[in-house]
Amino acid sequence: MTNLHHVELGLTDQDVLKMYETMLLARRLDERMWLLNRAGKIPFVISCQGHEAAQVGAAFALDPGRDYIAPYYRDMGVVLHFGMTPRELMLSAFAKAEDPNSGGRQMPGHFGYKKKRILTGSSPVATQVPHAVGVALAGKMQNKDYVSFVTLGEGSTNQGDFHEGANFAGVHKLPVIIMVENNQYAISVPVDKQLGGRVADRALGYGMHGVSVDGKNPLAVYQVMKEAVERARRGEGPSLIEAVTYRLTSHSSDDDDKYRSLEEIAKEKANDPLLLFEKYLMDANVATKEYLEEMNDKIMEIVDDATDYAEKAPYAPPEHALKFVYWEGDE
Amino acid sequence: MAVLSFIEAIHLAMKEEMERDEKVFILGEDVGKKGGVFKATQGLYEQFGEWRVLDTPLSESAIAGVAIGAAMVGMRPIAEMQFADFILPAVNQIVSEAAKIRYRSNNDWNCPIVIRAPYGGGIHGALYHSQSVEALFANTPGLKIVIPSNPYDAKGLLKASIRDEDPVLFFEHKKAYRLIKGEVPSDDYVIPIGKADVKREGNDLTVITYGLCVHYALQAADRLAEDGIDVHILDLRTVYPLDKEAIIEAASRTGKVLLVTEDNKEGSVMSEVAAIIAEYCLFELDAPIMRLAGPDVPAMPYAPTMERFFMISPEKIERAIRELAAF
Repeated sequence: MTNLHHVELGLTDQDVLKMYETMLLARRLDERMWLLNRAGKIPFVISCQGHEAAQVGAAFALDPGRDYIAPYYRDMGVVLHFGMTPRELMLSAFAKAEDPNSGGRQMPGHFGYKKKRILTGSSPVATQVPHAVGVALAGKMQNKDYVSFVTLGEGSTNQGDFHEGANFAGVHKLPVIIMVENNQYAISVPVDKQLGGRVADRALGYGMHGVSVDGKNPLAVYQVMKEAVERARRGEGPSLIEAVTYRLTSHSSDDDDKYRSLEEIAKEKANDPLLLFEKYLMDANVATKEYLEEMNDKIMEIVDDATDYAEKAPYAPPEHALKFVYWEGDE
Repeated sequence: MAVLSFIEAIHLAMKEEMERDEKVFILGEDVGKKGGVFKATQGLYEQFGEWRVLDTPLSESAIAGVAIGAAMVGMRPIAEMQFADFILPAVNQIVSEAAKIRYRSNNDWNCPIVIRAPYGGGIHGALYHSQSVEALFANTPGLKIVIPSNPYDAKGLLKASIRDEDPVLFFEHKKAYRLIKGEVPSDDYVIPIGKADVKREGNDLTVITYGLCVHYALQAADRLAEDGIDVHILDLRTVYPLDKEAIIEAASRTGKVLLVTEDNKEGSVMSEVAAIIAEYCLFELDAPIMRLAGPDVPAMPYAPTMERFFMISPEKIERAIRELAAF
């Protein structure tokens, strides 16, 4: 962590505190969702824990007022930075009508919010890669200067849609950034049973820039993302970023996680990106322990508020299931 | 009024829509410089440039998926699948993505794409250049499936599809491309999706069909008229969602119904049409519902003997009508 300094990257103290705050908010919301799941209040959780540094570091290099994102199911940190609120995330966890992602139609983690430039996603993995490429194509055709950012897991890079989308972007030099959050597992199958080579090396075959980066360090991810964004805005085409991290929870609330050792998980928990960044902020004299504890207290209040709000919010009426199969007129 | 071939009408619809709205663009394999393997997009590359008539990598899922992404941010893509047989790698994008984008986002996002694909046999295309694939998609709410039968309808329906706010699969019978000609006005008209059309008024017997088979049914009806058999023909035009009212009306009108499709018989679009008639018209029927369809074999063989055996023809329709009329 210490070989990179935020000031050298053009980031202020306020910037890195904001980064940390978003990472911590994602973590605390995620932890609350697990509690709610184990208490029988919400049916399902799919976690961002261990990914927060990669997600927030990357999102910080984008412009939420201009760029589009096609996130995958773990990207709570990305969507928070793009303006989805804790209440909105909790509404999604509780499947309530007011959930802006889907109005309670989709499982949590299936993000989508047009006003915030967050594309709607599904469960079949990697389908969002061609979508992000199409968004970038539309931008290039209309001389708009936005970039399109898409994420997926390392297992999902084995899907045809990853290959087809990446190649399309490479052929037409489109402003797309593909970030693979490599957390070492596709549910139970470890990375050495998923990939014949390295994720970042796949970029070579698509004629795009490829780089592997420490996904536990938000500054390292920010640095390579910023370069990728600049290349994209200059018309120099797409980039593939592999952010290497570790999944700190089971795949989902329905996974028993019996396929990896407790020793392995304990070792990784000592390298929790949140703890590493906390230490960085204190070592760099950006924040004191007390300051960060206060921040945590405020976040817990936000998480409580979001939980209460979403729990009390109404479900969609049953017949709402019939709505919006096709266009029903302008609202 | 100009007489155009079926494919000229398709071409004209795209050209006019691209002139009308700069958000309309075409993408697919060989659509650019070559102008399409059937020449549907000929001249458009020269008129609109390479970005609006975009040659893509040989990648059907990306053709559909990239079109979906562009449509979500306001473009109006027309994606061409070179042959309907090759749409299968894009099924996940069409069924899991395009069809569900409005529904899953609770009306926040939508996906106004058109996917055009030549389907059907009788052109020595063998197993993988002859298939009818509409039934694979015809139980997917969120999709619309349009299959026109003549140049006039092709132009008006393709324009409606391009302007539609939801994804439309637009299947064109490749044997119809140059075989079928008809009058096509040069004005800007659209034909509503979801509406079947009576192509011939008659009182003895009803044929319900779509695509090239409409043409064959009309030929059969002309011959039968000489023998005093008066055939009513309903062209579905949209095979999903079906125009139930028109089906019920056409079936009830004569009480004898022949359903014709070039697709394999079991589980075809006509199976659903038969179910609608069985559900709503039982007491109007004077004979069992009859279906004439391709045999339940995997696809159309290459050799002319076997290809003819598979294909629907005016003669086959005429025989089926005579049998039903005699019931």
